[in-house]
Amino acid sequence: MDFATFLIQLLNAVQYGLLLFLVASGLTLIFGIMGIINLAHGSFYMIGAYLAWSLSGRFGNFWVAVALGIVLTVLLGMLLEWLLIKRLYQRDHLYQVLLTYGLILIFEELRSITWGDDVHGVPIPDVLSASIPLTDTLAYPVYRLWMSGVCVVLALLMYWLIQHTRLGMMIRAGASNRDMAQSLGINIQLLYRLVFALGVALAAFAGMIAAPVSSVFPGMGGQVLIICFVVVVIGGIGSVKGALVAALLIGLVDTFGKVLEIEIDGFKALPELAGMSVYLLMAIVLLWRPEGLFWKKL
Amino acid sequence: MAGGRVTVAAMIVCLLALAVLPFVADKFTVQFVTKMMIMAIFAMSLDLLVGYTGLVSLGHAAFFGISGYILALSTPQYQAANFWLSLPLSTAGAGLLALAIGCLVLRVTGVYFIMVTLAFAQMLHYLFHDTGIAGGSDGMYIYLRPDAGIFGWRPFDLEKFGDFYFVVLALFITAFLFLRMVLRSVFGQVISGIHVNEGRMRSLGFPTFRYKLASFVMAAMLAGMAGYLSAVQFGVVNPDMLGWHLSGTVLMMVILGGMGSLIGPIVGAFAMMLLELGFQSLTKHWQLPMGVAIVLVALLLPRGLVGLASLRSRNKEAAGA
Repeated sequence: MDFATFLIQLLNAVQYGLLLFLVASGLTLIFGIMGIINLAHGSFYMIGAYLAWSLSGRFGNFWVAVALGIVLTVLLGMLLEWLLIKRLYQRDHLYQVLLTYGLILIFEELRSITWGDDVHGVPIPDVLSASIPLTDTLAYPVYRLWMSGVCVVLALLMYWLIQHTRLGMMIRAGASNRDMAQSLGINIQLLYRLVFALGVALAAFAGMIAAPVSSVFPGMGGQVLIICFVVVVIGGIGSVKGALVAALLIGLVDTFGKVLEIEIDGFKALPELAGMSVYLLMAIVLLWRPEGLFWKKL
Repeated sequence: MAGGRVTVAAMIVCLLALAVLPFVADKFTVQFVTKMMIMAIFAMSLDLLVGYTGLVSLGHAAFFGISGYILALSTPQYQAANFWLSLPLSTAGAGLLALAIGCLVLRVTGVYFIMVTLAFAQMLHYLFHDTGIAGGSDGMYIYLRPDAGIFGWRPFDLEKFGDFYFVVLALFITAFLFLRMVLRSVFGQVISGIHVNEGRMRSLGFPTFRYKLASFVMAAMLAGMAGYLSAVQFGVVNPDMLGWHLSGTVLMMVILGGMGSLIGPIVGAFAMMLLELGFQSLTKHWQLPMGVAIVLVALLLPRGLVGLASLRSRNKEAAGA
């Protein structure tokens, strides 16, 4: 593998990892702060991608679609929390699994009714459609670099929000002791609604910006959900920092697992097993550290 | 207690109904009830984990599927496998896999357990989906159902749907009685104790890890038996048999019916499949009403359908008193 190819794969790995982080951070926040295990999280990713496709088709502008999509998904998150999720805080995880599994079925079927079951593509917006040439034949698309940049900015924003703002302080207080925070006059219900909406919007936003590079298809939610579970388990449930490290690790393992299959083909290194590599990574981490890399008791 | 007698009477009536069904119903109904009983075995096996041991697994389909795959792979191409060999082989295979996976996943608890069992099942799903073993994503056909011949004597013929129905019914009853025996034994008391308070059981001197592992393996073997029967019924295995949708569905059956009882998962499996059939006949988008039904159960029925029944009888008692 020459340097340019390696660089491209490395950038792809980082971009994939950062995108995963965006989805997984919502999952881990919702669990860490609210104690809710949300199986429908992948559906929000799917909804984001479909919104990007249908809205950009209607308005002819990707950025308008993203802006509208964010507003819609924040509202969807708040509605869901108000209607359903808030009834589950005091209940066993099992019922959270049950309810959010029901939500997956509902969202998948609504998607099928509204948008159909076809595979769609979203064009890359003109501003970012250029590529940076690396060698005579290889180039790297600007859009992917932009994706990585946006993810990094969002990760920093999230860190700042949680660690350095008054709202973040209240969120952390609510996570460590709900009743105490409430008796101090913090509106926990509103806070939880915001956190849930934030998680939903993060997943949906990831789906929107991923839409131009990966196609928009039914079942994309389930795929991303499972990988995000692996991210959260490796990183440690509830840890945003852990989710970042684990997501990057998985991005690397997954991308290079697929590339190396060509490299050592002569070696008979079962190339088909690349799809399993991330799960293998998870098994190794669990053997070594059953609570994930960055687990801390909340 | 009157409630107990009513339950026993109801069970006997249901069993009789199941026993005479093939003589009165058409082929479709018999095959559908066969399928329901197979799923009921699967749901009962998961209830041993979820309802009794307190281990919520979202990867139980791994054992259901692997067993079907073992049958498919061990069946010679144009011949039938032997029933008396292939059933124990498939079930034991599921048990061995559970032993290996259990050693890893039982190191974690709670939400981690849910996610880790899910991830392991997906690992297996991708193993069969991405590699060429057993036909990749298309799966593999089992052209001939296993042959029940033993030393020249053949007690039943699985190719006949009526015979197959009674074999499944027999195994369904066996699984029920077996689980009832296990749960009433000391072992059952210990795993229930682990469910309530694992630390206390350990301080009483029980090696809780081994008990949990034994429960995990036992549940996997029963799930394997269900998977074997399912593979025989449909004559095909594919990666979806190991996928998380099936794991989710069977967990829904257990919760819908009511966990922590053996009747619960049976009621749940039957109810869910009838609901599915009903919704499918109404609309192409049957998952929508199904999803709504599941959400409503999660919100309104904390103890499942069985809980609903006992709630009514309690209300009646209260009204009578």
